[in-house]
Amino acid sequence: MATAIGIVQQVDWDVPEQTGLWSDAWVRFRRNPLAVAGLAVIVVMIVLAIGARLPTNPGGLWHVLHLTGDPVQQEVTNTYALPSLQHPLGTDVLGRDQLSRILYGASISLTIGIVVQFLILIIGGVIGMVAGYFGGWIDNLLMRFTDIMYAFPDLLLVLVFVAAFGPSFWSIFIALGLVYWVGLARLVRGQVLSIKEKEYVEAAIMTGTSPFKLIVKHLVPNSLGPVIVTLTFGIPAAIFTEAALSFLGIGIRPPEPSWGVMIEDGYAGIFADPRQVIFPGIAVALTMLSFTFVGDGLRDALDPRMRR
Amino acid sequence: MRRGALPFLAWIPRGRGTTLAVFIIRRLLWMIPVLFFVIVITFVLMHLAPGGPWDREGKQLTPQVINNLNIKYGLDKPLPQQFLTYIWGVVHFDFGDSLRSPGQHVSQRVLESWPYTFTLGAVTFLLLVPLGIGLGVVAALRQNSVADYAALGLATAAASTPNFVIGIFLIIFLALGMNRLTGGTFYLPTGGMPQPFNPFQVELIMPVITLGALPTAYIARLTRSSTLDTLRQDFVRTAWAKGLKARLVVMRHVLKNSLIPVVTALGPTFAFLVTGSFIVETLFSIPGIGRSFVTSISGRDYTMILGTTILFAVLIAVVNLIVDVLYVFIDPRVRLSD
Amino acid sequence: MGQILLQVEDLHTQFFTSRGVVRAVDGVSLHIDAGETLGVVGESGCGKTITALSVLRLVPEPGRITSGKILFRGRDVTKMDDDEIRDFRGNDVAMIFQDPMTSLNPVTKIGFQIEEAMTAHKRFSAGLAKGRVVELLKRVRVPAAETRVKDYPHQFSGGMRQRAMIAMGLANEPALLIADEPTTALDVTVQAQIIQLMKQLNRELGTAMMLITHNMALVASLCQRVVVMYAGRVVEEGPVEQIFDSPQHPYTWSLLRSVPRVDEARKDRLVSIRGLPPDLVNSPAGCKFHPRCPFVVDRCKVEEPPLAEVAPDQVARCWVLMRNARQEDVDAAKTSALSVEAAQTLKAQAKVGGVAGS
Repeated sequence: MATAIGIVQQVDWDVPEQTGLWSDAWVRFRRNPLAVAGLAVIVVMIVLAIGARLPTNPGGLWHVLHLTGDPVQQEVTNTYALPSLQHPLGTDVLGRDQLSRILYGASISLTIGIVVQFLILIIGGVIGMVAGYFGGWIDNLLMRFTDIMYAFPDLLLVLVFVAAFGPSFWSIFIALGLVYWVGLARLVRGQVLSIKEKEYVEAAIMTGTSPFKLIVKHLVPNSLGPVIVTLTFGIPAAIFTEAALSFLGIGIRPPEPSWGVMIEDGYAGIFADPRQVIFPGIAVALTMLSFTFVGDGLRDALDPRMRR
Repeated sequence: MRRGALPFLAWIPRGRGTTLAVFIIRRLLWMIPVLFFVIVITFVLMHLAPGGPWDREGKQLTPQVINNLNIKYGLDKPLPQQFLTYIWGVVHFDFGDSLRSPGQHVSQRVLESWPYTFTLGAVTFLLLVPLGIGLGVVAALRQNSVADYAALGLATAAASTPNFVIGIFLIIFLALGMNRLTGGTFYLPTGGMPQPFNPFQVELIMPVITLGALPTAYIARLTRSSTLDTLRQDFVRTAWAKGLKARLVVMRHVLKNSLIPVVTALGPTFAFLVTGSFIVETLFSIPGIGRSFVTSISGRDYTMILGTTILFAVLIAVVNLIVDVLYVFIDPRVRLSD
Repeated sequence: MGQILLQVEDLHTQFFTSRGVVRAVDGVSLHIDAGETLGVVGESGCGKTITALSVLRLVPEPGRITSGKILFRGRDVTKMDDDEIRDFRGNDVAMIFQDPMTSLNPVTKIGFQIEEAMTAHKRFSAGLAKGRVVELLKRVRVPAAETRVKDYPHQFSGGMRQRAMIAMGLANEPALLIADEPTTALDVTVQAQIIQLMKQLNRELGTAMMLITHNMALVASLCQRVVVMYAGRVVEEGPVEQIFDSPQHPYTWSLLRSVPRVDEARKDRLVSIRGLPPDLVNSPAGCKFHPRCPFVVDRCKVEEPPLAEVAPDQVARCWVLMRNARQEDVDAAKTSALSVEAAQTLKAQAKVGGVAGS
């Protein structure tokens, strides 16, 4: 056992190259094959998802490649069709083209996953900055509030929010923003607090200058890395939550083809045709996996503690 | 003051014990405002929601009936009054009647579904913690080996595949694909859970895997990185330099330190199990609290939603408290602030 | 002196990194006699710590002893199997590390950590080991040893922790104690106490000691013999007094000039060694020190000098030797001392660019 385990004292042999943080990070990111593969999958998926939302142009490239189609058009005579040139992934119980539905679902998942991060950034960023900047009772109040938010399991709170706002794309969007800001707020607050302790900021406070601009100026470059990483990991979480809500029948409603809706539909007919579940299942797992890989890659590339 | 300074006083609960008691009491008291706000938030959101508990698909109730029901359950009163009535009830451990199951108390409904959720959760928890830790430790000790990559790959895949997808794939694979091989052992969700329910029945295999995949992966990843960190510590080199057997170096010096962060992860793990139960119980038609919560949400069963939310909030707070107390016993450096 | 305890012969320890092979220890030979104290000095990254770790076969990944012999009482450490090396560590040869703050397990009681060093070997029975813990802590002058055995490391100060480390090292009465920069991480006053303690223990117990340091003053007060290392090689070796009086290698000379000496009038300025230690992946041709040497001649750049006897018991690896250096060069080297600021910059660069290891 001793030889197998060995002694893993780390010695830093590699001399750091003196380059900028971002180009340096990009170099390290590219060295991680999983992260690069994840990014490639995401880029392809975004292109296809945009294509799925473009107006169908008969005879156009997308049309010929079967990358656009009407996700809700039914062919009642052609249900549960096997994959064919006409329907590369076959059709579902109502004869709807599966590929079109999956690509349309991608547009919903990716939009929710990515765009919701901006909402989280605004809510969490503002609350974190206010708490960290003003400190005192404001900080106390806001942090106790985040404690209360922590008392709810995420999905439970999202469920209650979505129930309150009614099942729709926008209510899921807002519910996710209102639930997932807590982690980011804590992160930003911590960054503001640590910047406030720096000598130059203390000096500014003592000379009576408002330290606000100074803090913002230092906050952005200091916290951009961790914030980006946190938000990137938030994307698969948001995609999961949307799919789970739709699967539970509380999120996006049919006939709009979200992946969660497709899995729910397919699950109902699992004995007739398991493919109805397998394709959207793989789509959502692949997307989440890709974002996780990209997040891992970004974290390793941006975390200064990992720098050698 | 150091221990042993006054040996004849040794039996009196010393600083640490008293501090611990104060800490626990403070945390329990802190739960009261948290629960209050949990109720406020849930209550307000529930009543914001369009629709109400009396909506029925198909034939609708007449306005007269709805009016009578509202009066019966106090829903005709102004919201603040309803809220105070509810809070008054909660203080007396009365969580009201379920609005969708007339004549049944919320607590009665929760107690009925509790054994399913508890059994599923407990079995999963007892399996996942050792499995996750074991995978993580093995992966770390054999860093960059095939076993490491396999464990890490599996953990990453499990962490980023939604549990309902895992569950459905299991059904396709075990119940549909291998039905003949397994002689129909694996329970098909359409049939419902066989009675009486016990923790050792094979029907639990698929739900347990589905529920446990994500938290197992989470614990395994955490254990792995924490163990790798510890292996690089100077005191591990000291342990080797003493001439300790590899087994002792790992058990006494590496694991004792690397598992400390894993203990803190037990809180989130528990939360995973709670939210996982919503999906797993719905997927496998298990009549537990998770599924009843989901049906209550779509049915606007206000009292059930509130009651279940309170239960989950209390459970999570208690688990987090236990984890924090455990931490004090595991890590001698931790001092409770009071 | 007495019989030879440890003999290192032509040791090569290399690190296989993505940048190439780092020759951290490149053909080192040295020996320690029973009861003797040997100082191993050199700048950070010269291979002194890796040499010590090699003796216990504790070289970290991705490093490996690639060739050479390490004979302890005639047995080759490099050829021991897992059980033999395990029983060798901490029993025949013990080691104390640089940073006492991180070298003790934070979640295990001090007493147990010392006891464990004994129960890992068969020299003391389990019952005896328990009793010896207090005795050992007393021997290293830990006050209130009876109660402090139950403390955790965070309840100890830095100096007390290093005492506990020393107690742990002495637990099995090893024939040789390797101390790797034992005082670097400590306050100056505490350093003096620890040095005093080590001196006393060496006298009382007769344990041989290998002291790894960059602190010449420490060597002067503790050691009988000194080995000077540069770029993974031994460049000079000899009795301490002789080396301090007449160093023959320019590197040794510079090292000594870089330390303020109390017994010498401050008429000369301190010399700081210009330049950086060489890159151990692509080290320079010829003498490894020639790019930084003030006395360099043409031959130094092409041919590496052998380790040759320059005086009785003293060897040096140099074509020139200080006694042959022209006086004007010596004077020039003395006055070309860098400003404090420049010296600090160089030092900082050396930290970034040089390889870690000590």
